[in-house]
Amino acid sequence: MSEINWQFQTEQSLVENHGLKLDEFAKIVEGLGREPNLTELGIFSAMWNEHCSYKSSKFWLKKLPTTGERVVQGPGENAGVIDIDDGDVAVFKMESHNHPSFLEPYQGAATGVGGILRDVFTMGARPVANLNALRFGEPEHPKTKHLLSGVVSGIGGYGNCIGVPTVGGEVNFHPSYNGNILVNAMTVGIAKKDKIFYSAAAGVGNPVVYVGSKTGRDGIHGATMASAEFDEDSEDKKPTVQVGDPFTEKLLLEACLELMKEEAIIAIQDMGAAGLTSSSIEMASKGDVGLEINLSKVPMRAQNMSAYELMLSESQERMLMVLDPSKEDMARNIFKKWDLEFEVIGKVTDTKKLILMMNGKEEASIPINILVEDAPEYQRDYVIEKPSLIKNYNPEDFDQDDLMSDLSTMLKHPDLSSRKWIWEQYDHMVMADTVVRPGSDAAVVRVHGTNKGLAMSTDCSPVYCKHNPYEGGKHAVVETWRNLIASGALPIAITDCMNFGNPEKPEIMGQFVECIRGMGDACSKLNYPVVSGNVSLYNETNGIGIYPTPAIGGVGLIKDLSNVKTLSLKNEGNFLCVVGKSKNHLGNSKYMTIIQKKEDGGTPEINLDE
Amino acid sequence: MKTHVIVFPGSNCDRDVAVAIKNISGHQPQMVWHKETSIEKSDLIVVPGGFSYGDYLRCGAMASTSPIMQNVVKKANDGVPVMGICNGFQILIESGLLDGALMRNKNLSFICRDILIKPKNTNSIFTKNAEVAKMPIAHNEGNYFANSEQLKKIQDNDLIAFQYCDQDGNVDIQSNPNGSLQNIAGILNENKNVLGMMPHPERAAELVHGCEDGKNIFESILN
Repeated sequence: MSEINWQFQTEQSLVENHGLKLDEFAKIVEGLGREPNLTELGIFSAMWNEHCSYKSSKFWLKKLPTTGERVVQGPGENAGVIDIDDGDVAVFKMESHNHPSFLEPYQGAATGVGGILRDVFTMGARPVANLNALRFGEPEHPKTKHLLSGVVSGIGGYGNCIGVPTVGGEVNFHPSYNGNILVNAMTVGIAKKDKIFYSAAAGVGNPVVYVGSKTGRDGIHGATMASAEFDEDSEDKKPTVQVGDPFTEKLLLEACLELMKEEAIIAIQDMGAAGLTSSSIEMASKGDVGLEINLSKVPMRAQNMSAYELMLSESQERMLMVLDPSKEDMARNIFKKWDLEFEVIGKVTDTKKLILMMNGKEEASIPINILVEDAPEYQRDYVIEKPSLIKNYNPEDFDQDDLMSDLSTMLKHPDLSSRKWIWEQYDHMVMADTVVRPGSDAAVVRVHGTNKGLAMSTDCSPVYCKHNPYEGGKHAVVETWRNLIASGALPIAITDCMNFGNPEKPEIMGQFVECIRGMGDACSKLNYPVVSGNVSLYNETNGIGIYPTPAIGGVGLIKDLSNVKTLSLKNEGNFLCVVGKSKNHLGNSKYMTIIQKKEDGGTPEINLDE
Repeated sequence: MKTHVIVFPGSNCDRDVAVAIKNISGHQPQMVWHKETSIEKSDLIVVPGGFSYGDYLRCGAMASTSPIMQNVVKKANDGVPVMGICNGFQILIESGLLDGALMRNKNLSFICRDILIKPKNTNSIFTKNAEVAKMPIAHNEGNYFANSEQLKKIQDNDLIAFQYCDQDGNVDIQSNPNGSLQNIAGILNENKNVLGMMPHPERAAELVHGCEDGKNIFESILN
């Protein structure tokens, strides 16, 4: 690549350091009709990285079923929305925070929770439950203990403080995550169907308002970091990790929900990955308008911040809104009451451009369509590897002298042992609506003030996905489905968090393609659509990728809470029944991996008709 | 029946306790924002749980200097019943209404689970009908400590409201979740009109909570 004939003024290394490919840079120059300045280059870098642009995954994600009777909003907004009767909706999404959590487990996990909470309350929903899906390396690995305890405290630290119960999740250990842990956080919120807020900016001349915390120099280029592989020098990337402040987020949550009761907000978008850049561009793009922003007005935590830094900072607990101008004073008073920043930093224009001014000087002028519609999209080469062979085992294949001792070994294994020590560190009862606590198949949370509830569960079996990505994708979806029905719920929809290795490797891309196909088949068959999700690629360290991990979060409705079922045994003398056919499936089972200590025997096939 | 729930920035059990009071008494409590300076006539003031001011500095320290707290202290000294739950307990200690300190849990971790408590002093309006009760705790700093002088005062005046105990009501070390001195889960002031407790009775106040033992405390004040 570096052999290319470089005819631009901009240094080639500067382009590469921004995570942009050289042909992508050429595309920018073509779109702008000139070379970008540094601020503009930073903006393109932030918008075109994998994390924000979905450039490798978009084509395939479109193949998932995303519609259904109860789907109010599918993928594409901050979170998915489903109808749960009586004018109520559930708003939910799962998102990854893998790279930052590996660099700095406490803050990485905490800001992961903070980010997904904002995605949900941006839409007008009060968050009512947090869940997570965590993968760590093998327990013996020198980093695992530190990472696990840091992540668990970070999730608790944020969720406990903001006062949203952490009601469920899963934790697995596998050597493939030794150099790249997975921290996927999910939030479920409840709103009124006629009070959902979207991000499309509208109304030329309307004020663009910045609320929340001040902007500092933290997290600059976080999204770009999250779109690259790790190596030995990755520790140097620690400053790209943001620092969370759940207290401020609590204030922001209450202030936003208070303002949302009034007819004042025209559009709202949280500042997550790529901060002010992605939020402003998203709002302009969705509304098919332009935005002019005066960066001098942005509340700053540090002195002498440049346009580049302001646009790329990932300081947490911030929101961008377009307001009805007649409600500006009322809105300002609400944010003042909660001691939060409130600043008009720009206006909606009809130019369809993002124009940034600072100290009277134009710092950037980019047509929105170049950033969004013209963003690179790749149909990466992929190779579908042959799934591992399914083996049928005979009883004589294994030493069965001491099955009770094997059972005891399995129950003690980190993958199967009690997770009580983890969920006891999470406040899982705040809001006083938790009906089924962690440790059951699915958690159940009451819809406040009613007798109905939502059941929710996160699941994935990466070993199954590795040995047969198609069947593994099906398994992940179906496992949440089973957990929901076992709690007495009607499963409605899922959110997905697609964690994979480097998509530029055809075999990794093949895993992605096959997992999507499996998930799609399961979702279609079960009428269980995908309403939101997130893709995390480049989960590799020194060239070694993680196992394919499409973590699924399922949500179901329980119309009457007296029908909730839990897994505890109730009375002596009750019958235990097995429902469904038991087949001779030992391949890659926990028995196989823990007792026989090998991954062998393939991934069991799922019959979706059964 | 007039009840009040104080709301600080970062309170997060304010709604929960208001719901419990409403369900039990039939009256909707009035929510009082921390920037206000006075509370009208009240039959019960609740300082709820949560993370007031993010628990930054020291739990309850900043909230104790909020404008409204001066009035809460005055009302408490005039004999109005005041109840602090979890972070509310920490705030009442920082305000000087209750003795002692709440340190980090002995295991240095946040703990959220059901525990059992047993009343010690049953002569207060809060504890007059109390029995061994199950309810959740959810805190990082619930490890109660009092110096010898304070402890003597507590013992001489019978100010221990609740102690962590086992199923049979035995107050032993195994039942102590957080390292609290003498298993103390809640204490009273000398007039016995101010209660601070770490467990959350409002989270054990409805059938769906799986346990209704927490209702007893509210019922004894409200009915």
